Amino acid sequence: MRIILKGSKVKSKLTEKVEKISGQNIFACYQCGKCSAGCPMIDSMDYMPNQAMKLLQMGAAEEIINSKTMWMCASCHTCSVRCPRDIDLSAVMEALRLIYLRTNVNKVEPSQIPEEELKDLPQIALVCNFRKMTR
Amino acid sequence: MKRIGVFVCHCGINIAGTLDINKIIHRISNYPGVAHAEHYEYMCSDPGQNIVRDTIKDQYLDGIVVAACSPTLHETTFRNAAKDADMNPYMVEIANIREYCSWVHRDRPEDATEKAIRIIRTAVEKVRRNESLYPVKIPVFHKCLVIGAGISGIQAALDVANAGFEVILVEKSPTIGGRMAQLSETFPTLDCSQCILTPKMVEVSRHPKIRLMAYSEVKEVTGSIGNFHVKILKKPTYVDTDKCNLCGECVNVCPIIIPSEFDRGMSMRKAIYMPFPQAVPSTYCLDEANCLGLNPLRCSKCQDVCEPGAINYDMKPEIIEEDVGAIIVATGYDLYHKEALTEYGLGIYEDVIDGLQFERLLSASGPTSGEIHRPSDGEVPKDVVFIQCAGSRDEKHNPYCSKVCCMYTAKHAMLYKHRVPDGQAYIFYIDIRSAGKDYEEFVQRAMEEDRILYLRGKVSKVFKEGEKLVVWGVDTLTGQKVEVLADLVVLATAIVPRAATPEIVNKLKIAADGNGFLKEAHPKLRPVESLTSGIFLAGAAQSPKDIPDAVSQGSGSASKAIGILSQKKLQHDPTITDVEEIACGGCGICISVCPYTALSMDDRRNVVLVNDVLCEGCGTCAAACPSGAAELRNYTNRQVREMICAALSKV
Ligand SMILES: Cc1cc2nc3c(=O)[nH]c(=O)nc-3n(C[C@H](O)[C@H](O)[C@H](O)COP(=O)(O)OP(=O)(O)OC[C@H]3O[C@@H](n4cnc5c(N)ncnc54)[C@H](O)[C@@H]3O)c2cc1C
Ligand code: SF4
Ligand code: SF4
Repeated sequence: MRIILKGSKVKSKLTEKVEKISGQNIFACYQCGKCSAGCPMIDSMDYMPNQAMKLLQMGAAEEIINSKTMWMCASCHTCSVRCPRDIDLSAVMEALRLIYLRTNVNKVEPSQIPEEELKDLPQIALVCNFRKMTR
Repeated sequence: MKRIGVFVCHCGINIAGTLDINKIIHRISNYPGVAHAEHYEYMCSDPGQNIVRDTIKDQYLDGIVVAACSPTLHETTFRNAAKDADMNPYMVEIANIREYCSWVHRDRPEDATEKAIRIIRTAVEKVRRNESLYPVKIPVFHKCLVIGAGISGIQAALDVANAGFEVILVEKSPTIGGRMAQLSETFPTLDCSQCILTPKMVEVSRHPKIRLMAYSEVKEVTGSIGNFHVKILKKPTYVDTDKCNLCGECVNVCPIIIPSEFDRGMSMRKAIYMPFPQAVPSTYCLDEANCLGLNPLRCSKCQDVCEPGAINYDMKPEIIEEDVGAIIVATGYDLYHKEALTEYGLGIYEDVIDGLQFERLLSASGPTSGEIHRPSDGEVPKDVVFIQCAGSRDEKHNPYCSKVCCMYTAKHAMLYKHRVPDGQAYIFYIDIRSAGKDYEEFVQRAMEEDRILYLRGKVSKVFKEGEKLVVWGVDTLTGQKVEVLADLVVLATAIVPRAATPEIVNKLKIAADGNGFLKEAHPKLRPVESLTSGIFLAGAAQSPKDIPDAVSQGSGSASKAIGILSQKKLQHDPTITDVEEIACGGCGICISVCPYTALSMDDRRNVVLVNDVLCEGCGTCAAACPSGAAELRNYTNRQVREMICAALSKV
């Protein structure tokens, strides 16, 4: 994949918003990778937490918003506790999720869920899904 | 017959772990001439030295052999111990039974013991015919030559002069200051380079002990520590400093326009010029190579317009001769030539520039008065890409790290953002090396406060597409290929030795390392000394350095030089050559082989004379002399013969 950078992209709206909501300076990250090294959910992520930070620095909104990373984040705060630059990475993840949810997406269509799966799904998961992922 | 003592050291288990010490003592005690043999665990320790001292006295010894480690380690220790016991230090010999024997023959202890005995016997044979020697006293010229007047040379000159010694400061270009004068603001404190440099430049020019010779070059150096004789070429500037009132009329009328070296081609200068307004010495210089012609006179506009009559076309080059006791070399650095970095478009696209060019753009006294305008069209660049390690850490270019570019690139990006707040700075890097006081904090500030986008990866190529420079890079941390559409590209090109360094090396008979920088005597323990005594190194000429390091090394070399200049006489090792007049046939072969020019022919008597001060005791002449007239003191042919016999005869 190729990311094309020019000033307008780096100063992306997404990065700005994430910083506003999370209160964190994305450019403080120096890519040591300690967050990723300790993340319990890393195996399920496509971009590692530190890569998510770098993509935010680059203003690569598309890549980050379409990635699984923020959804796999368990909000365990391990990264925030360990970050040597004192960045609250969980807050950044939460900000990303919030921004995504505020875009009024409709990710779950009950009629599309196969019978078989529906049988096994816990109710609470369904309710959560409707709350987070639907208009 | 001489009474010789032998002292065998165990060196803990280093020697005694392999060699049979008792056997050695027993056998060597019976060797002819050995009056006493003794052993101890650590002969170099205080108790060990006491044994040596006391035994010399108690046993009335005439000479001693210490069988221990390499003489480079403890020869001086034992010579001093002998001196304390009123023995001439040159009656002490070291038999190296550690490096030459116990360490290398651990697997064959018995044979090793035999070998050790032979080694000790050769040393005994040598001591038997050693003579008492006394150091050669050398007079010292209490004056120092400093070559190169960048910050490092300036610091060295000031320190030596402030210690009360005279200094001759030779600078090749028309002004002192070196590269630091070209810089805008300096990391990590961002103080203005000229503001902190010019007071030092002025101090140099006013110092009663410093003779500043700008626009000059060292032509020839002979002699050695304490007694160097130097010839300095003072090039004519064709401007009489005393008469010039700095009106600058000459510059206005000069018809020649050429790129300014000081602004690295980003502005133009005339053939008569002052590199920058704060130049020291503060005067104009007519650059003959670019003038329309002085001989025959083709233009003479500058002379016509010079009211005080300061311009003198008849000025001639002068050779000035001086005697100095020590020399400091501080000739600085260059940047890697642009032809080598064509994949980055350097030398092809106007808007691809090097670090020093960017310094000139940033400088308040630079061609754009410190505003950032790109060279091609004067536009303010909004996307600026900085490429680190351009030609450094690269087997195709220079293998070493240039040390200062990580820091100055952070500074460049930071200063750019201060000048163009709505611009974006990108830095491509391999590693960020910010080791230095407050350096890491500086880089963090650049990232955090100025939101500089650091991308970890080396750029593969830069090319033009329409108005933009396309930079093909990668971010290895996210695994993304990155393409930046830039308005200006700044390369942190490698710091390289000045092109003329080999010439300096030859003239001074010092050495250069594999990368062409001046070579120090020891990379850790003697970093300011060259391999030639009395010549010291300072600044980026020795290796890439920032200002604090260049200043430290300047001060370091000054203190080394002061160590020589402050002595009334220097002592020189007396193990030098003697030429036996009666045996010398005057063939002169030795003169041609001596690497130190220490020998000369006495034409009247047709014999060779030795200059005790210059002779380093290498022995080349002794080996070359067909009549055996040239012999090294305490290394006579007779001694060497006896030593060989002792080594080879039956144990
Ligand atoms: C782009 C850039 C930015 C930098 N920014 C910083 C910074 O912000 N902070 C910092 O600490 N460092 C910085 N540096 C490093 C700094 O430039 C050097 O540390 C410093 O200039 C070294 O000084 P020097 O005296 O050793 O050499 P130089 O400054 O090169 O001086 C050598 C002098 O010797 C003269 N000379 C050369 N050959 C001869 C000869 N044969 N005979 C007589 N004279 C001769 C030269 O004309 C010159 O005047 C920067 C370097 C670069 C390239
Ligand atoms: S631990 Fe902090 S500084 Fe290190 S990569 Fe993660 S966010 Fe960046
Ligand atoms: S100082 Fe930094 S930019 Fe310069 S060569 Fe070394 S690592 Fe590369």
